[in-house]
Amino acid sequence: MKVNKMELMKDGKRTDGRKRDELRPIKIEAGPLYRANGSCYLEWGGNKVMAAVYGPKEAIPRHIQDPRKAIIEAKYNMASFSVSDRKRPGPDRRSREISKITSEALENVVLVEMFPRASIEVEIEILDADAGTRCAGITAAAVAMADAGIPMRDIPVSCAAGKAGDTVVLDLVGTEDMKGQADVPIAIAPRTDDILLLQMDGHMTPEELDEALELAIHGCHQIAEMQKEALMTKYKTFEEE
Amino acid sequence: MSETRKIVIPGSKIGSLDEHKQGRGAFKEGNDIYSYRLGILDERSGYVNVIPLSGIYDPAEGDTVIGVIDQVSKMNWMVNINAPYPAMLRVEEVPWHVEYGAAAKYLNIGDVIMASVAGVNEIGKIDLSMRGKHYRKVEEGIVIDIQSSKVPRVIGRNGSMVSMLRDKTGCWIFVGQNGRVWIKGDDDKLALLVEAIRKIEREAHKQGLTNEIAEFLENEGE
Repeated sequence: MKVNKMELMKDGKRTDGRKRDELRPIKIEAGPLYRANGSCYLEWGGNKVMAAVYGPKEAIPRHIQDPRKAIIEAKYNMASFSVSDRKRPGPDRRSREISKITSEALENVVLVEMFPRASIEVEIEILDADAGTRCAGITAAAVAMADAGIPMRDIPVSCAAGKAGDTVVLDLVGTEDMKGQADVPIAIAPRTDDILLLQMDGHMTPEELDEALELAIHGCHQIAEMQKEALMTKYKTFEEE
Repeated sequence: MSETRKIVIPGSKIGSLDEHKQGRGAFKEGNDIYSYRLGILDERSGYVNVIPLSGIYDPAEGDTVIGVIDQVSKMNWMVNINAPYPAMLRVEEVPWHVEYGAAAKYLNIGDVIMASVAGVNEIGKIDLSMRGKHYRKVEEGIVIDIQSSKVPRVIGRNGSMVSMLRDKTGCWIFVGQNGRVWIKGDDDKLALLVEAIRKIEREAHKQGLTNEIAEFLENEGE
């Protein structure tokens, strides 16, 4: 399939038929795993993500402990079968970067001061990938953290915007990510709109970046509602007694 | 009791400082009070609290727990009690007279004990004690793990669930606050009891669970 730059946006429709400010379909399930302290399964367009949270528990080895707060050890991993050319398993530059930015995004909402010297482990497993996996990973990790009873100021949520076919669009799909002009993943705390993550890959004018941010924040709020609903679905049975 | 309880999630607004006081599981921001964890909203004498529905065991002074010895030192043991931090049991706090350096003679790595939480300090250090007649080394029976947030259901109101399980199966049961349950009895009864406890864990939200489990034990026990 060959898509050139002009065809990414045709009559106001994108390659997969979405409008420019439309998200891909998202499905979130809280707590599918029994043995993890908290977990989440998320489907976001062509992405399939499983996230699990363990802890807080004493950080090992001891030299990584912080006597004032807990550390968050997120581990982002792509399954070898998640992409069309088999990915060589194991950590690489890219997954180390995503693990780091995920940890930092989560660290800013978790009440880490409550657990000095401890570590909270977050495992993010990408089972199937179609652009925007870091956003899907953070969104799933956030639900898993809430499910694990980790104290947080808010449930973080992540979404990307970008530029494809000379238009600023929300939530890029695989072809747009590869042939498009820019990709801007962000993560926010939806209650206060504090930005927890902001990256950009590609070229955009400052005005386009502002527009992309606005789109992405709007998208984040839509996803935040789905996160809440997923948690409520799991726990609503406790409402009556 | 059939009133509807409200589920809150991290970041839910649960009150304002004009009307309420900040209780457990809540934090203030400006003039508002928010929940910091997933749980059930509980308003009591002006305080807004959040009762957790999930998460690992949070030790509190006076809890009875079942622990596994992790490490033996000359004057103390480190015990795994499923909490964020290992707990310390000092030789002064055990029912035996331990000579210096002979700690391993009484409790060794892998041994299971019943103990009480003597104290938790602000940096999370946990102290255990085995003083008291219920506390001892576990020599027989089996220990199963359940989610610590489900412990209150396994105990039941005023211990109703535990005593029912005890009567119906004739097994010995001891429920640790940290989500470990010690049971001892006939093999076939034990299997049934484990199944019943798993059922309680799965259906912790249901009303009239004690009667349902009693029925389950009667039907399956035949």
